Amino acid sequence: MATLMTERKRSALTRNRLPRYSPWAIAAGAVVVAAALMSLIGFNVFGWAVLSAVLFAVANVSAAAIVEGRRKAVDKMMTSLVYGAFLVALLPLVSVIWTVLVQGIPGLLTPGFLTTSMNGVTGAVDNASVENGTPVLGGVYHALVGSVLITLWATLISVPVGLLTAIYLVEYSAGNRFSKAITFLVDVMTGIPSIVAGLFAAAFFAMILGPGTKTGFVAAVALSVLMIPVVVRSSEEMLKIVPNELREAAYALGVRKWRTILKVVIPTAISGIASGITLAIARVIGETAPLLVTAGFATTINMNVFAGWMASLPTFIYTQIMTPTSPSNADPSTQRAWAAALLLIILVMLLNLGARLVARLFAPKTGR
Amino acid sequence: MSTTKLAPAKGAGPERSGRIGDKVFSGAALGAGALIVTVLFAVALFLIVQALPTFTANPADITGGEGFFAYIFPIVIGTLIAATIALLIATPIGVAVALFISHYAPRSLARGLGYVVDLLAAIPSVVYGAWGASFLASQLKGPYAWLADNLGWIPIFGGPASGTGKTILTAGIVLAVMVLPIIASLTREIFLQAPMLHQEAALALGATRWEMIRMAVLPFARGGIISAVMLGLGRALGETMAVALVLSSGPLIASLIRSGNQTIAAEIALNFPEAFGLRMHELIAAGLVLFVITLAVNMVARWIINRHKEFSGAN
Repeated sequence: MATLMTERKRSALTRNRLPRYSPWAIAAGAVVVAAALMSLIGFNVFGWAVLSAVLFAVANVSAAAIVEGRRKAVDKMMTSLVYGAFLVALLPLVSVIWTVLVQGIPGLLTPGFLTTSMNGVTGAVDNASVENGTPVLGGVYHALVGSVLITLWATLISVPVGLLTAIYLVEYSAGNRFSKAITFLVDVMTGIPSIVAGLFAAAFFAMILGPGTKTGFVAAVALSVLMIPVVVRSSEEMLKIVPNELREAAYALGVRKWRTILKVVIPTAISGIASGITLAIARVIGETAPLLVTAGFATTINMNVFAGWMASLPTFIYTQIMTPTSPSNADPSTQRAWAAALLLIILVMLLNLGARLVARLFAPKTGR
Repeated sequence: MSTTKLAPAKGAGPERSGRIGDKVFSGAALGAGALIVTVLFAVALFLIVQALPTFTANPADITGGEGFFAYIFPIVIGTLIAATIALLIATPIGVAVALFISHYAPRSLARGLGYVVDLLAAIPSVVYGAWGASFLASQLKGPYAWLADNLGWIPIFGGPASGTGKTILTAGIVLAVMVLPIIASLTREIFLQAPMLHQEAALALGATRWEMIRMAVLPFARGGIISAVMLGLGRALGETMAVALVLSSGPLIASLIRSGNQTIAAEIALNFPEAFGLRMHELIAAGLVLFVITLAVNMVARWIINRHKEFSGAN
């Protein structure tokens, strides 16, 4: 039957269709023509690639329009557009990572960058290191300490609140109106601009402790406003997928609800919860705006989150770019800023990677 | 242990401690939920209380000397301009990227490509800001000069072009890069939920891939796309660092390729560290305005999503 069909239909099927090798042929032609055109106006690899892609898309669509008809041509055009959009979306990612790597590696490899603070590093020091060609002095130790401490405190505040809220939503609320309100407000909270969260913490502590209070703890409160909704959402999703049979089995054995939650539900969901928390940390460790208005800028090491201004990696990057230590020689500051940016990206990527690892490590051991 | 007890006896030692544990635990869970509601109201309340002095102050004392409205209006418009540019760029590309991952890319690659797009979201905003200020702005100087020369008769491309490239258009492009992963990942989720039977039916009737997407996927996803764009809008409105680092700010102007304009978030970030007294209250009032705008945008977006959720179950 199949052979009969093909015998009868082959001609109709192959008529008005481009041969299978046509895209490759068109691509090869586009690359050659683009190279020729580029050599006329000055060759560069990026322009060549873009021109080839555009020529390929145009030629491919026109060939389809001539041979295969309008519908196929529209389909090919949309396919080219979708592929093109994806490549365009990758451009900034590649460009950002490339820029940070190229500009950041020299600074990060400078001895002492990770172990010294900016204490005593003035414009004169930077001028001297530029004039004498000596390595750039000063580093990010104080900012690293500040970032870690502030994020740690934010985590200490957000995780209990976020996790308990998720437990309330999944285990206790039974979908009442209060829980619907919480879910809605949590969703809305995810959209609070980070600078507004910073302003809230600043205004809150200004009322309690007097205006102008800037400490690491204020920053931690600001960050937890941003972090709590992320923790709630991810933990809620994870608790929801714990099978009900496990809970019912525990109740059937006479186990109290709170012990069921602590000993059965949470251990089952812990991998997802832990990776959700890690991702939340990765999100807030890069936040800059709330720290600008809550923690101030410091050039010295401050280990106490409850007193004094505190530096952090994002604000370090920001201040080094916006107000270079030496206004006449901005290069050392720029170098420090990019090195700090590279360090920050490495931290965030490690946290993202860690989240995946944590999810795998804590995954419940199933019988299957 | 189980032999002696016929029914759970009241008042027995371990039983009582269990009951107290239950009460404490459920109370703590409820308290945490209530705390979140309180925090959101507290955010609004403290912002209002701290912003109040601005509205009662003598208009001449406000920055600009003409009262709060004259101060806030240009930066609200600036915020909207930057967010509009970001969305105009990010929406088509974001939706296309989502389509690419859900319907065009080979199955085996799709997951990995999803991660790559999420990486875009993981990069801290200050790094984007630094990249925009040092790399992108200098790359765009040439195109801006060309725009000013050839399309200068359109007000938004009015010259002379900025010599540094640090314009609201550059800031909008950087914002677009930051909004793109949000739009892409949310719409991807929606596209993946589109009913497979409709898609297969369309293909079986001889539709090309694009016709299938246009007829079976996009109508289903319309609500989801709109809300994803709204959530992206919320992010673009509130994003601070990209604008603070990239834009060399100034008064409100129509041209997008000259230095000028300012957004609320960047205005706060640039001035708050040195602000005191009335200036501080003024900036908090600006933050309140931003809060209200983003809150409204997010609520509408969430409302659309929730409404959509009920429909999608029916399929």
